Order: sequence, then structure tokens, then C-alpha cells
Amino acid sequence: MPDAVAAPSHWAAPPPVAATRPCEMLDLGRTGYRRAWDIQLDLVRARKAGSVCDQLVFVEHPPTITLGRNADSAHVLADPAHLARVGIAVEQTDRGGDVTYHGPGQVVAYPILDLKEWRRDVGAYLRALEEVMIAAMLDFGIRSHRVEGLTGVWVGGAKIGALGVHLSRWVTSHGLALNVSTNLRHFELIVPCGLTRPVTSMQRILGHDPGVEAVTASLARRFGEVFGRSMREAAPWNEGCN
Amino acid sequence: MSNVVMPQMGESIVEGTITKWLKDLGDKIERDEALFEISTDKVDSEVPAPDSGVLEAIFFPEGETVEINTVVAVIGDGSKVGQHAAPAGAGAAVPGAAPAPGPAPEPSPAPASEPTQAVAAPESGKRIRSSPLVRRIAKEKGIDLSLVGKGSGAGGRITKKDILEYVERQERAAAAAQPLTAFPDVPEARFGDFDVEPLSAMRQSIAEHMVRTKRVSPHVSTVHVVDCTRVAALRGAAKDRFLEMNGTKLTFMPFFLHAVSSALKAYPSVNSSLDGKNLILHKEVNIGMAVALDWGLIVPVIRNADEKSILGLQRSVNDLAARARSKSLKPDEISQGTFSVSNYGAYNSLLATPAINQPQTAILGMGAITKTPVVVNDAIAIRSISYMTLSFDHRVIDGATADLFLEHIREIIENWNLPVL
Repeated sequence: MPDAVAAPSHWAAPPPVAATRPCEMLDLGRTGYRRAWDIQLDLVRARKAGSVCDQLVFVEHPPTITLGRNADSAHVLADPAHLARVGIAVEQTDRGGDVTYHGPGQVVAYPILDLKEWRRDVGAYLRALEEVMIAAMLDFGIRSHRVEGLTGVWVGGAKIGALGVHLSRWVTSHGLALNVSTNLRHFELIVPCGLTRPVTSMQRILGHDPGVEAVTASLARRFGEVFGRSMREAAPWNEGCN
Repeated sequence: MSNVVMPQMGESIVEGTITKWLKDLGDKIERDEALFEISTDKVDSEVPAPDSGVLEAIFFPEGETVEINTVVAVIGDGSKVGQHAAPAGAGAAVPGAAPAPGPAPEPSPAPASEPTQAVAAPESGKRIRSSPLVRRIAKEKGIDLSLVGKGSGAGGRITKKDILEYVERQERAAAAAQPLTAFPDVPEARFGDFDVEPLSAMRQSIAEHMVRTKRVSPHVSTVHVVDCTRVAALRGAAKDRFLEMNGTKLTFMPFFLHAVSSALKAYPSVNSSLDGKNLILHKEVNIGMAVALDWGLIVPVIRNADEKSILGLQRSVNDLAARARSKSLKPDEISQGTFSVSNYGAYNSLLATPAINQPQTAILGMGAITKTPVVVNDAIAIRSISYMTLSFDHRVIDGATADLFLEHIREIIENWNLPVL
């Protein structure tokens, strides 16, 4: 049965078939970092084999500190025993970038895209992911911007959206993290991305929580616009990528 | 011999940092296998080997940042491991990869090395790029390379893998043609302009299964109208809180799966399989859920559905569907179903007659829930209506049982009284 009530409002009129390349959305809800990573790896394999189209995976992680390939472990300020006590996991990953924090109230989006079908340009890809976040925040009246030389999205001098990407034969994994109503105190446990700059959230700027679900819907729509993909929900009964 | 260079990762990217060598000097490597990993601002990438052979030189250690198009390694036949001169600008060479003492000028390319690329000119005049190896295989198997299509190699070059896959596809299609054209009087299908697409292994297995189920089971279908207004309202009221509490969306599926589980317990012959002259009445309620994939269809199974809460059912649905799409279902998750459901209502179908999933004896189809004018207490009302079909094996299940089964589901859905949260 069509899930009209739960579907985002822009879903009502699906775009004409084959007008643009399709991209399926998969909302994992609250899922652990490892489990979501396993799902990404499966999707990357399937994407490389050509058995699925581009995918956009949304997830909200439990409190987790992740270290990129280039991470300086000194940028995790808290000691492991303390982190374990307060229930924050620490994970080593294969994405680019330094240390970051994921947790409830942060929308994480993992696009599994074949850049060979978009642009073979990692710089352009990062700028496009920034554009997605900037455009999505405009939907909520927040004006954000880039800072030359510092990948990510900023409001004033504070970082609100972070990026970290892995590529295998131009198929992407990992992606972006946008602070909606994240517990910002948890960022004090690390030096985010090796930068000693403040971190903020949409809730802090707006004075109220715009809601993870609404921000997810907005990111999905903007993602489709920026990358020229027709977004569709990956439900068990959808019609796939054709 | 092939030089391995720092790849260009984008217009604005002028250099990359080597973060990890995935192979050691002297290791064998296949073309397209990941050789090293690089990092550019916020992006880590694997770099595949441009050629097969032996890794003979590594000019830059991990951690070194190198301009694009700089030669960082050499792949050869294995005869010159560690003997290549580092390119100009290579500061720190990896121990073992140091230039040989004294100038060792590069000899002219070894004649033994096979040219990796050549151009064949078939009669059509179309130029097809392939290697001598590929052309040899084509000759042996009697294949016209122009029929293989565009290759996956650089510039559309046909690789060994391409041609072997082509051979395999042809052989599979030839084998499959046997059972599928078992009816000799089918009129000629190949007329006019057409493309030929060999069936995938999955499609062939679906085809065989469908023919078998229709031949084995005398299918009969019965349709009941189910008023979903109550569950629609309940779901509407609970879905935000449900998402907040559980981190997953609440759909209609768990409501129906719950009602189906209850009906299967009440009518055991619907939860059965026919084994020759014995009816196997299953004590477990394992519900298969048809999942449409863009490459076919699969029916993962929710085990012990009768023991699961609404949340548990919803999580199972999400989990199985996600893993069906990522091809990571385990074999025991697509077997031992005792009943199946098909949710074609998602395609806006109002009413269909699904085919039974052998060796089961029935399948429930769910039509789209649509707001419909209906008569309630002699007045016209707008209700959320779904047509539900039970297709059943008439050898095992009588019409009356099938109707009682559907009425059981209707009763539960229309008078839903279980808490969702």
C-alpha cells in the first residue's frame, strides 16, 4: 500500500521516469556505526557490480567518535576509560578526514554514488555535498557558507556540517554529517577535524529543534537537485532503479 | 612494464598523499586490484593497478605527498624487482626500491611484454579495441568481436573478462533455451527489429518456479474488502512518537503481518506444505515477504512472526528489505517460509491474484489502501479500503476456509485494539 502519510511531501508527484538517473534512499534510523558501515560496504559492492543504482543512506548513530585514516589520536581528548563509562564508542574508519563525533540529533548521509556517472572529480564532489547542506539549511532559514581551505559547512565561525569520504573505483562511501540537535558538549571530548574552532547545531541557531525527520527530507530533496538524481524511497516494494 | 602514477582525482586536486601500500615489493598483482590508498582533502581513495604483473618498485613511502601524474611505482614481469631508478623528484624512496648503484639506464621495452592494446579491424569497418589474448579467445570460440559490444577496459577496450563473460552468457542462454521453449508450437518470436537479452540466473529461476507453481497447484483466489480506517488513524497518531522512540518509521506492514500470523494460527491448513500424500502442518509461522529488486524478486522470510511485537515486525521488515537490496541475505533467510505475502498495493494495484510460493499452500495479496465511498449503517461514508486476495491451493484448502481466514484478518484490522507504542 502506498505509504503516502509517511512519505515526504515532495514525494506526491514522482518525477518522470528516466528524466534523470535514479537514486534510492534508505533510512536506517538509529543504527550503530559498525552495522551502518557493513551496509555501506555491501552497497558499494553492489554498486560496483552494477546491480543497484546510486544509493543515499540516512542514519543517526548512537554516540560514537570516529577516526579517519589521517586522524591524530591526540585529537581524542578524553581517555578511553572515561569514554567507555559514558557510553561513547570509538571507531577507526577508512574515510578521509581527522576525528569527528556522531550522535543522536545528527543527520548522517552516506551517498553510494558512482562518480563515473557524475563527475570524476573529488573536489567537485565535496563542494556538491557542501551545497546540499547549505541548500537544505536554507529551507529552515539558516544561512551557512563555506570557508576557503576548510572543507565543511559553517555558520559564523562555527562548524555545523562535516564531510569525510572514501572512494573505491570512483564509488563513494561515507559522506556528510549535519548537526540538527546534537549534544554539542560531546564535541568537547575531541578536536573536531583537528580544528580548534567551535561547533554548532541547527537547534542552537534556531532556538528550537527542527526535527531530524524534516531535515532528512530536505537533505534528500536538495541532494536530488544538486546531483541531478530522481530520488525514490528504497522500500521493499518499490520498483527499483529502472 | 607499466608505470603507476598518482591519479588525477579532480580538476582542483594537484597532489595526493599515499596513505597505504596494499602490496609489497615483489608481490603479484592483478589489473584493477587495489594497489595503494591515497588521501586528498577529506577523501580517501583506493587506486587500482593499471596492469597485471609483479610490483617491481615503490618510489614513495606511506605518508608522502606527491603531485599528480608522478610515477609512484612500477609493475613488471618480476625480473627487475627493486632495480628501477626513481624518477626525478622522488625524494625518499622506499628501502629496497633504492636506485641500483651506478646509473642503470632503462633498457628498451622488453620484447616479451605483450602489448596491452591493439586495434582489430573487422569487416564491418568498425574498430574494436582488444588485446591479442582476447582475439585468440575469440578465434578459438568462433566469436565475432563486434557482437561483444563495448568493452569495460580503457576506451571501450574489450578485456579478457568481457569476452569470458560474453561466452558464459551465450552458453547459459543456450542451456536455458531448452526448458523454456518446451512447447514446440510457440510461434516464431524473432521477427522485425529486436534486441536479444539473455535471462539472468535469477530470472531463469523465477521463470521455472512460476511455471512449476501454476502446474502443481490449482490456484483459486478469493477477495475480501478490508476497512483500514482504524489502523490508518492509529498509525497516523503514533508514527511520530514511534519514530522518536525506535528510530524507525511505522508502516502498515506490521499491522497486517500481525493479523496474518494470528489467522495462520487459527487456520493451520493455510500454514502448511503439501508433501506427496502428506500435509505438513507447520508449527512455526514464518512469513515470506516478496521484495521487488531491480534485478528480479526475492522472498526473505520473517521467522516466528507470531512471536514478534509491532516494533519487532517493523524492524524485521526493514532489515530484510535492506539486506535483500544489498544482496546480503543469508541462505536461511530466504528458505523455510510457511506462508507468503505480496504488497503490490505499493504500485497502486487495487486487486491482483498472486502466485503461490511452492511448497506453500497460499499467499496473501494486499491491494492499495484508498479512500473510498462505502455504505456504513445505511449511510455513505469515506473509508480507507483495501482489497485483500488469498490465492490458495484448492487441493488443500477449501473456499470456505480461505474466506474464514480472510475474515479473521479483517476482524483484527477493523477492530485493532493492541497498543502500538
